[in-house]
Amino acid sequence: MSNAETTRAPFDPAVLFKALFLGLIAIFVLVPLLATLLGGFKSLGELRVNPFGWPKHWEWQNYADILFSARYWQLLRNSLIISTLAVTLTLITASMAAFTFAHIKFYGSSALLSYLTLGLLFPAATAVLPLFIKVRDLGLLDTYFGVALPQVAFSLAMSVLLLRRFFKDIPYELLEAALVDGCSYIKFFRYVTLPLSRPILATVGTITFVNSWNAYLLPLVMLNTDALYPWPLGIMVYQGEYSSEWHLILAFITLTILPTIILFLLAQKHIVAGLTAGAVKG
Amino acid sequence: MARHTASSPAMGTTQTSFASLAVRGPSWDGRFTVLILFLPPALLLFTLFVVLPIGEAAWYSAFNWNGFGKPTNWIGFDNYRFVLETRAFWLALRNNGLIIAVSLAIQLPLALTLALMLAEKFRGAVALRMLFFMPYILAEIATGLIFSFVYDGDYGLVASIWRSFGAEPPHLLASTDTSMMAVLIVIVWKYFGFHMMLFIAALQSLDKSLIEAARIDGATRAQTLRHVVIPLLYPTIRLSVFFAIIGSLQLFDLVMPLTRGGPADSSNTMVSFLYNNGISRMRVGYGSAIGVILFVICVTFAFTYKRWFMRDE
Repeated sequence: MSNAETTRAPFDPAVLFKALFLGLIAIFVLVPLLATLLGGFKSLGELRVNPFGWPKHWEWQNYADILFSARYWQLLRNSLIISTLAVTLTLITASMAAFTFAHIKFYGSSALLSYLTLGLLFPAATAVLPLFIKVRDLGLLDTYFGVALPQVAFSLAMSVLLLRRFFKDIPYELLEAALVDGCSYIKFFRYVTLPLSRPILATVGTITFVNSWNAYLLPLVMLNTDALYPWPLGIMVYQGEYSSEWHLILAFITLTILPTIILFLLAQKHIVAGLTAGAVKG
Repeated sequence: MARHTASSPAMGTTQTSFASLAVRGPSWDGRFTVLILFLPPALLLFTLFVVLPIGEAAWYSAFNWNGFGKPTNWIGFDNYRFVLETRAFWLALRNNGLIIAVSLAIQLPLALTLALMLAEKFRGAVALRMLFFMPYILAEIATGLIFSFVYDGDYGLVASIWRSFGAEPPHLLASTDTSMMAVLIVIVWKYFGFHMMLFIAALQSLDKSLIEAARIDGATRAQTLRHVVIPLLYPTIRLSVFFAIIGSLQLFDLVMPLTRGGPADSSNTMVSFLYNNGISRMRVGYGSAIGVILFVICVTFAFTYKRWFMRDE
C-alpha cells in the first residue's frame, strides 16, 4: 500500500487518464438523459436549434399539461396494478413452493424442481402466440390478470431457486423444535420462515416488480383496450399521435421514467443487490 | 398459537410450546398437507403458461392457421421451410450474432475496465457506479424512445453535431446501412452498467491476500492484474458472456421504438422478426415455427454453454 501512496504524484498520467475515461463514459450516459429532461422544457422551435443546451425560455406548460391529464395517471395506475398483482402472486406462490422444496423430502422433489427451472432457459417470447391463444381461451384477454399471470409464471423459476436457497439456510433445528412442540409446517412457514426471509423476499419482489413495470411484449399482445394499457404501451401510442412533436414526447418520457428513477435513488442498494444477486445466483 | 404475530417469530414458537401436550414428531400428515397445498399453485401456473405453450407451439407450427377456430390445415414442416427461406430470418440471426459480437468485443472489456477502476474506494466512485447502472433499470421502451430522439435527423443530438460541422445530418435509423449500428450503440449504453456491477460484486469478494502476495513477490500492477485478478474473475466473465448471449436472443422492446426492425428488416432481432411476421399478422403456425426455432437455439446454447464453460458452478 505504501508503494501506491508514494507514487501518487500530482501529475500521475494514469490518474489523469482514469479521470478522463470515467468522465467520458459519464457524459456518454448522462447526455441523452439530460437532453430528454431539458428537451421537455423547450419549445419545438428551440429544440431544433438548441437540443443540447439549457432552455432559454422554460416551457413549464409541456410538463403541466401531461401532469394534469387523466391519461398520464391512468397509465401509471394500470402499470401499478399489473406490477402489484405480479409481485404479490409471485411472492405467495414461489415462497410456498420454495418452502416445500427446502423442507420436505418427497419422491420426485428434485425432478419437480428441475422441471420448474426449465423456465430459466428460454424467454417468454418463444411461446407468445400459443400463450395468447391460451389466455384468450381462458377468457383473460384484455384483463390485468391476462398480463400478470404469465408474468408470474415466467418469474417463478428464478424466484423459487432464490427463495429455496435462502430457506434451506434457516437452521433445521429450528424447524425440528417447532414440530416437536406441535407447531405445524404451515404455521412455521407463516411465523418463522417468512419473517426471517424479508431480505430475499425484497430481492425477489424487486426483480419481479422491475420486470413487470418495464414489460412491453406481453401487455402488447394481451391488451386491446387503451384504458388498460400500462405505461410502456401508452407511451408508444402517445409517440404515434405526436409523431414529431419531440418536446411533448420528451416531457412524457421524462415523467414516465421519473417513478423508476426516484425509486432507484431511494432504494439503490436493494435494487442493485437484488438485480445482480438474481442474475448471479440464478 | 394465535398469539404469535409476525413480529414475534422464531423464539416465541419454540419456547412457549414446551407447555404443549401435543408432542409429536414431524408427521407425514403435516408434510402431506403442505405438499398438496403449497406446490400446486406454482406448478399449475408454470405448466399452464410456460410449459404447455411451448408444447403447443410445436403442435401449431405444423398447421397453416390464423388462430380462429381449430387448426385443421396440416402442412407438416412447411412452416419451418418457409421460415428458413425468408431472407429476413437470416438477417435477424445475423443481427443477433452482431449483438453478441459487440457484447463480447466492446461491452465486456468496457464493463471490466470500469469495474476495475470503480471497485477501489475514492470520492465519487459510488456515485459513478450508480450512474452507470441507471440505464439498466430504465425500461427498454423508454430507452429506445430517448435514442430515437438522439438519432432524429431533424431535432436530434446527432443531427445538431453534424450541423455544427456544416454537414447534412444523417437519418441513422432510416438507412439500412446504419440502423443496426445505431441499435448496437444503444445496447451498449443500456447494458454495460449491469455487467460492470457483476464484476464489481466479484472484485469485492475476491481474496485480497492473493493480490497482496503477488505484490509482495514483486509483481507490478499490470502483472498482478493480468496473472492474478483476471484469472480470478473468469467465472464472472463466463457468467457475463452467458447473460449477454441470452439477452441478445430475447431483445425486442428496445428495437421497437427505434426501428421496429426496419428499414427493410435491416435491424430485426429474432424476437422482433417473430413479432413482425407471426404475431402482428396472427400467422399462428408460421410464428410458432419461429418460436420453436428460437426455443431450440436458446436451450441448445444454455446446455452447451453450461456443459463446456460453467461445469464447476
